[in-house]
Amino acid sequence: MIARSSFIQRYFQSRTGVIGLIILTLIIVMAIFGPTLYPVDPWDMVSRPLQWPSFGAEAPLGSDVLGRDVLSGLINGARVSLIIGISATAAAVAIGVTVGAVAGYFRGLTDDALMRITEVFQTIPNFLFVIVLVAVFRPSVFTISAAIAVVSWPAVARLVRGEFLSLRQRAFVESCVTIGMSTPRIIFTQILPNCIAPVIVTSSIMIATAILVEAGLSFLGLGDPNVMSWGAMIGFGRQSLRTSWYLTLIPGVAIQLTVLSISFVGEALNDSLNPRL
Amino acid sequence: MMKRYLVRRAGQAVVVLILIACVNFLILKLAPGDLVDVLAGESGGSDPHYLHLLREQYGLDRPLYVQLFQYLSNLVQLDLGYSFRFNMPVRDLILMRLPATLLLMFSSLAIALLGGITFGVAAARAPRSLRDSLISTTALLAYSTPLFWAGLMLIILFSVKFGVLPSGGMATVDGPKDIVSIIVDVSRHLVLPSITLALFYMATYTRLMRASMLDIYNMDFVRTAKAKGLTPHQVAYRHVVPNSILPLISLFGVQLGSVLGGSVVVEVVFGWPGLGSLAFDALFQRDVNLLMGILFLSSVMVILVNLAIDLLYSWLDPRIEVGA
Amino acid sequence: MRPILEVRELSIHASSGGQPIPLVEKVSFSVEKGATLALVGESGCGKSMTALSLMRILPEPAVRIVGGEIRFEDEDLVSASERRMEQLRGNIISMIFQDPIASLNPIQTVGDQIVEVIRTHNPISRKEARARAIELLRSVRLPDAERRINYYPHRLSGGMCQRVMIAMAMAGAPKVIIADEPTTALDTTVQAQVMALLRKAQTETGTAIILITHNLAAAAEAAENVAVMYAGRIIEQGPVREIFLSPAHPYTEGLLGAIPDNAEGGVEIAPLAEIPGNVPRPGTLPSGCAFAPRCKNVQQRCRNERPDLTAHGNRRVACFFPYSQMIAQ
Repeated sequence: MIARSSFIQRYFQSRTGVIGLIILTLIIVMAIFGPTLYPVDPWDMVSRPLQWPSFGAEAPLGSDVLGRDVLSGLINGARVSLIIGISATAAAVAIGVTVGAVAGYFRGLTDDALMRITEVFQTIPNFLFVIVLVAVFRPSVFTISAAIAVVSWPAVARLVRGEFLSLRQRAFVESCVTIGMSTPRIIFTQILPNCIAPVIVTSSIMIATAILVEAGLSFLGLGDPNVMSWGAMIGFGRQSLRTSWYLTLIPGVAIQLTVLSISFVGEALNDSLNPRL
Repeated sequence: MMKRYLVRRAGQAVVVLILIACVNFLILKLAPGDLVDVLAGESGGSDPHYLHLLREQYGLDRPLYVQLFQYLSNLVQLDLGYSFRFNMPVRDLILMRLPATLLLMFSSLAIALLGGITFGVAAARAPRSLRDSLISTTALLAYSTPLFWAGLMLIILFSVKFGVLPSGGMATVDGPKDIVSIIVDVSRHLVLPSITLALFYMATYTRLMRASMLDIYNMDFVRTAKAKGLTPHQVAYRHVVPNSILPLISLFGVQLGSVLGGSVVVEVVFGWPGLGSLAFDALFQRDVNLLMGILFLSSVMVILVNLAIDLLYSWLDPRIEVGA
Repeated sequence: MRPILEVRELSIHASSGGQPIPLVEKVSFSVEKGATLALVGESGCGKSMTALSLMRILPEPAVRIVGGEIRFEDEDLVSASERRMEQLRGNIISMIFQDPIASLNPIQTVGDQIVEVIRTHNPISRKEARARAIELLRSVRLPDAERRINYYPHRLSGGMCQRVMIAMAMAGAPKVIIADEPTTALDTTVQAQVMALLRKAQTETGTAIILITHNLAAAAEAAENVAVMYAGRIIEQGPVREIFLSPAHPYTEGLLGAIPDNAEGGVEIAPLAEIPGNVPRPGTLPSGCAFAPRCKNVQQRCRNERPDLTAHGNRRVACFFPYSQMIAQ
């Protein structure tokens, strides 16, 4: 295992990692405190429709066809994106780690069966699968997160299974088996801590992907109808693309910045958790 | 040897296919309302006769396994049901829309592969140079861009501002009818959607190609190639690049499903008349049966293409003995 | 006789960001036409880097030559143009590597790989080059050469792949062949065959051979002269027979002591049984003699000062307290 201080040091050696962390922190702060500091309802008609960004007091980033405030949409959308990105990933990691650990630890028939199921979920085209799930179970923040989790756990399962297969053979695990340690205890205290690093790196990529998927869903009109999200804003803005393209541009840049900063953080984590030469 | 391998892989594919069908059935059973309500959605809601027919067919009062069996046997016969909205069997509807999607997918995958290899090679041949960081950063940026948004931005640029390319559709409505101008016309319509769909995958391939080349550069046989007196250019293109492309090919298979998903949003943005727009229409008319059909046939396609890629891979990489 | 290849004060440094780390320091040796020189040492002593530098195929820019000369006939290869080096590599100076299977491109047939080196240096047709490749494979006694020329490397054994590598090295008109642990990865029975092949090539063409090995006994069998390297420097060099019979440097003695245990196995000697400790990692050398921490004859002086390579009869030794009575004989 890597000493904590050297890991933090290595992380801060990456310029993009630091930039990503700063942007991401700003976005998280915006998502948490934004609605209190800028208490404008994203659904309210607050100004004349299709106001271009003026950076003034009223609708600083402009307003849409219905006179809704773009800045307020941006702030509230950050919340939705992050909540869905994190909860979907957390659920996917939970499923993936369980399946991968069981398959890799017990091997044999259990492994075969679980891997076949994993293959099934990997074969079904992800985004289409999410669309069907959300359409059938009705869109809400919960169903969207759940649907994204359902399609994204196989990557974690395969990763964890691979780690378990190799760690299971190591001497320290064999010795735990010999001294009669219980199976769950071996899994949780001996093997799992050793495959945390790659799981963390994969999770960061999964959060980024989940945010992109959610944006795609709400762009198609499959978002939670009760919350304002960036994808939905692009969907609304699309109708006045030719004249008021800022309506499409602004939320798109927000998505891009968020996903990019998460990717930067993920890369820096990867480099600092798996140091090579 | 080859035959036995094919049979075994085909067998595995069938198992996966049946499991996919079971997953579909499971979704339908878990959904609020009974199987027929969900399947018909609002599309058949107005047609009690159709609902009655469906109920008859699935026998909702019969045990679960009988229903599952009925569902599976329908799928095996590629009987995906009937779409009342489009007044057509779902299978025919899908097959009608498939060519447009295939055209879009394969042209963008070709762009993505070619671009990805080119940029990946350019970055890996001068690691940590300005060129490398420019390419790597651009790739990461493309990687972070929602496809549909990239498409909209391209429309603003090339259709609205410059007015050089059509912003949607697959062909000009009243265009000339001779074969050459149809090809030119469709190609012009194809440019923006295929570039949009390609962006993300080009970024992935660029990153993978770069990483793979840097790996291969450390291999012993590359040292041998240098020791033979080859120029850096020859070492790169005769030895490093061919070995680095192999992982790209397997990624191609893994990503096919994701490309199909990506084509949904891209087709919606550009009004491209393929499976994606069909899925979008099905969504809005709550034609779950049609949606399920698209999902199932897409999965079949992914399985078939992956089978083909396995064969291609074993042909390209002599180390893989197909029989073993 | 004038040496065909003479290395003078060659230094190689590695630099990964910070301070440059010396890998090879002021190494000098030479080899004559038709003769064999062995560079001997444990792994990590800098012998492989020296070998790669002779071809100028070091993993630049991380590792590069920082000083010295490599005189080949009348030119200095350290300052030669990249173009000139391309003409020499694989043609006039060729190289054989340790792991023959990994040293061949896995997705090209061995025939194509030999044809490539032939056609890189000779303007002949594919067909002619192929005929020449078959001829070469026969001369290295690859059984069934006409058929095996179409094989991919993974279908050949390590020994067969090494024969292919030797055929490739012989494809031009080599005046120097550098063999970097050519038998280490092979079975014992095959090792002798490969060495015999190299000798045969040498007598037929008069090429000089630089044999890089960790095995002093193998060196004694194949070479006339030997240079023993430790921690990037030569610590003893001279006629192999003399050194083998009466090593002057305690490290050389230790290397000899280690042979009986390892002569059979193909693995590189890890920590020597007779020499406690390990080769110091580059960049972490002690201030005095690099071998002092492991030396059984160590004195205070060894820890403070680094001994230079000095002449003792017809060999050179870098030790303050060599086994001089043996040298006197």
